[in-house]
Amino acid sequence: MDILLTGVYVVFFPGFFTVVIIGLLSSWVDRKVTARVQYRKGPPLLQPFYDVVKLLGKETILPKQGSRFMFILAPLIGFVSISIVAVILMLRPLVATSFVGDLIVVVYLLTLPSLALIIGGAASGNPLAAQGASREIKLILAYELPFLIAIALIVYKAGFKIDLQTLSATSELGTVSGIISFIIVLLCVQAKLGFVPFDIAEAETEIMSGPYIEYSGPLLSVFKITQSLMLFTLPVFMITVFWGGIQFHGWELLWFVIKYVVILVLIIVIKNTNPRVRIDQALKFFWGFCTVLAIIAFVLAVIGNTYGIAWL
Amino acid sequence: MGITTKALLKSLWVFHLSTGSCNNCDIEVLDCLTPRFDIERFGMKLVGSIRHADVLLVTGSCNRKSAERLISLYKEAPQPCLVVAIGECSMSRGIFMPSYNCPRPLDSLVPVSAYIPGCPPKPEAIISGVVKLIQKVKGK
Ligand code: SF4
Repeated sequence: MDILLTGVYVVFFPGFFTVVIIGLLSSWVDRKVTARVQYRKGPPLLQPFYDVVKLLGKETILPKQGSRFMFILAPLIGFVSISIVAVILMLRPLVATSFVGDLIVVVYLLTLPSLALIIGGAASGNPLAAQGASREIKLILAYELPFLIAIALIVYKAGFKIDLQTLSATSELGTVSGIISFIIVLLCVQAKLGFVPFDIAEAETEIMSGPYIEYSGPLLSVFKITQSLMLFTLPVFMITVFWGGIQFHGWELLWFVIKYVVILVLIIVIKNTNPRVRIDQALKFFWGFCTVLAIIAFVLAVIGNTYGIAWL
Repeated sequence: MGITTKALLKSLWVFHLSTGSCNNCDIEVLDCLTPRFDIERFGMKLVGSIRHADVLLVTGSCNRKSAERLISLYKEAPQPCLVVAIGECSMSRGIFMPSYNCPRPLDSLVPVSAYIPGCPPKPEAIISGVVKLIQKVKGK
């Protein structure tokens, strides 16, 4: 019976299907808010669903040059890994699925969609896709460093515990170092999502959506679903690690929704108020500004811990 | 009408191709994206790659150089792909009819689903043309 219930949790609520639906709705929120910022009316509520269903009915074209096997496999790798992350994060409050080190598993799996993008781009044999893939590699190198330092800070504050259960029990936003690392992770999430100002890899106006250029039909729709899943999973990851975690009963659920919407709108506002930067500027920004800030936050946390200052 | 066709009509992604236009039509096409007209209301958006496109929007008079590219782009598009001719040039070659460089009109090169006349057509005319295209695919 328990296994059956867990199965229902994993597949339907709050697992896979729920997550996909909420993810697609969040990508609608993204497009709608973007439209409102530009004084437009924006697409209807079900637009992301129409897009996905339409793409499922289109023809799939495989590239003549390049590796067809990897071309088909790449979107699936990204999709599967981000679904696993989403299910791990959403299931933790319901079933005691947390194990030691699941933070590390999640952080690893969060990199895989970007890697899938690189593989897919490189396998499609298109020069613009290769350009996009090479930019994505540089972007990963850039944002992973401050991202990992910020996560390490939280692990340090929690007393070197690396399971999400412990990390989600406390909110880190009451301390200076916690707020700084939250901001850094927010900027890294922007780059992970491939949103402006860090949409360098898929720059629509420059290299025609880069690694996606050769994808059509169902494979492209898998990429679209992966993107909207990331739009849901990354804020949930931030809430779990920084902002007191998720609970599924009573007011806590409402709290979770409010936190999620706040982070989502922050991401969308950053997206709409910035121009795209060049890849070298992004690299300088992450390795310079963000890394230095993350190290300062770490030092503050160590000082606060040693001298017992609670607000550092 | 299947569910994918229904979804197709609600999310037409447009690839915009100029085959030697005077650029006026292209500006009017871009006008449709501006706040006043906002075709994203109907789920339409411009895409950069022909592999993502559902509609091939052609402006201009199909001169010798670009006619080859037009045909190869049409073959590269994933089916179903609809072709829309925008402006007098792409319909009948307009003032370039007697030109040595524009031997054939667009609809003798690829099958065209909708024509939007005008030189250049107003954004309102383009939107109404798209509505007619949707009605046509619906079979009304
Ligand atoms: S139809 Fe008129 S406006 Fe459009 S490209 Fe031709 S000449 Fe220019």
